[in-house]
Amino acid sequence: MSQKKQEKLIDENGIRLDGRKFDEIRPTKIEVGILANADGSAYIEQGKNRILAGVFGPREVHPKHLALPDRALLRSRYHMAPFSVQERKSPAPSRRELELSKVIRESLEPSIFTEYFPRTTIDLFIEVLQADGGTRSAGITVASVALADAGIPMRDLISACAAGKVEGQVVLDLTDVEDKAGDADMPLAYQPSVNAITLLQMDGMSTLDEFEQEVKLAIEGCKQLNQVQKEALRAKYEVAKEAESEKEGEEGEE
Amino acid sequence: MPVFYERRQLVTPGDLLAENDYVPGENTHKENGKIYATRVGLVNYEDKRVYVVALKSFYEPMVGDTVIGKVIEVTLGGWIVDIRAPYVAMLRASDALERPFKPQKDDLPALFDVGDLLIAKIVAYDRTRDPLLTVLERGMGKITRGQMMEITPTKIPRVIGKQGSMVSMIKQETGCLITIGQNGRILISGKSPEDERLAVMAIRKIEQEAHTTGLTDRVTEMLKKEKGNKEVKEENVTEKTGKTD
Repeated sequence: MSQKKQEKLIDENGIRLDGRKFDEIRPTKIEVGILANADGSAYIEQGKNRILAGVFGPREVHPKHLALPDRALLRSRYHMAPFSVQERKSPAPSRRELELSKVIRESLEPSIFTEYFPRTTIDLFIEVLQADGGTRSAGITVASVALADAGIPMRDLISACAAGKVEGQVVLDLTDVEDKAGDADMPLAYQPSVNAITLLQMDGMSTLDEFEQEVKLAIEGCKQLNQVQKEALRAKYEVAKEAESEKEGEEGEE
Repeated sequence: MPVFYERRQLVTPGDLLAENDYVPGENTHKENGKIYATRVGLVNYEDKRVYVVALKSFYEPMVGDTVIGKVIEVTLGGWIVDIRAPYVAMLRASDALERPFKPQKDDLPALFDVGDLLIAKIVAYDRTRDPLLTVLERGMGKITRGQMMEITPTKIPRVIGKQGSMVSMIKQETGCLITIGQNGRILISGKSPEDERLAVMAIRKIEQEAHTTGLTDRVTEMLKKEKGNKEVKEENVTEKTGKTD
């Protein structure tokens, strides 16, 4: 299938390979607090993407000389599992992973009150289990939820989504195939409460008009993802309530 | 001056809670006259103050708090203690001995060694320096018996209850001694492991249902029922084995 490069990515009705319209995000599911040993954690499934995020901290910085006197240090590691892509990926951190660790850190940092906890560190680990394009944006989305789950005070939940150009048409949330065969890919991270963009990267060519459309579309996608994030966080505590009432029922039967 | 949520509704970071006249309380922040939540929790409006009771958090040291810490290092002049906070705490030898500390004479590891659990009080802390502890108060020092459990520090006030009503009820029902560290660690020491198990069960229930009302009554009920069950079981055992003790 991957040999057929000429395959149409968008059919005459404007439907994409996975059945979406141009302005739809992939079906997304987020679960909160699924790792017992991390202070906060979350898991996201966005289309075929599967990503885990774990957070530790704020805690003591080791080595000590890295500590900042006026705010917390945010350290992040974006890593792809060897089995996350078709061809085995070496588990050693690559140039690309280092770059993504940096852009993810910088897109999340404005949302965290790092100045509340000087001389400490917040460690963030993002593990891509299965990749299908747009893992950096899905990584940001899930990491923000994991930070909230760790009880770290934040201005906002940051969500991220890509928009781009495929076969001359502006589309939202590109998959791996669309990214590789398309003309442009533009990941964007968004802080809804202050209407701010915290990450904007672009790869490929778009006209100025198309760029503006892409930004608008990506922000719309981020807003939708933001709702998913909030629901996931709420669900965690509602599930806890339900489990408790069920248990009470069982106790009564005994 | 609009308000955007009902009282005790679940909010997440970035949710707009109130505008203009309101004053931001715990776990909120104000930007351009708008108050947002900074943690996942239940929102509350009190007169003009808006605050969020966090559902999950970590311990932030406060001067005067009683905490349960674990010795992680013995240094020349004192100990370094983990208090489950972003910062490790220091316990100086002079805050553990009731007389001046003589480095040549006093053997610090003999007093508290790595791994020992301590009940201590925070005497000094600001964000520029690590918290400082003391154990020179009644009921403080090394823990020698009982079991320790950990819960989310934000739920400690619920375990204590209004004017200590919840803990004193658990103490009464189980006959255990309970020491609560503000950092979310609780020491329970009772006459038998069964008593301790009951107290642990009660506290776990409080932790899980901290955001519900009428909790004290339900916990009391649960403890009474569990105690009843236990007595029934014991009777069965004595019947089967024929013991009369």
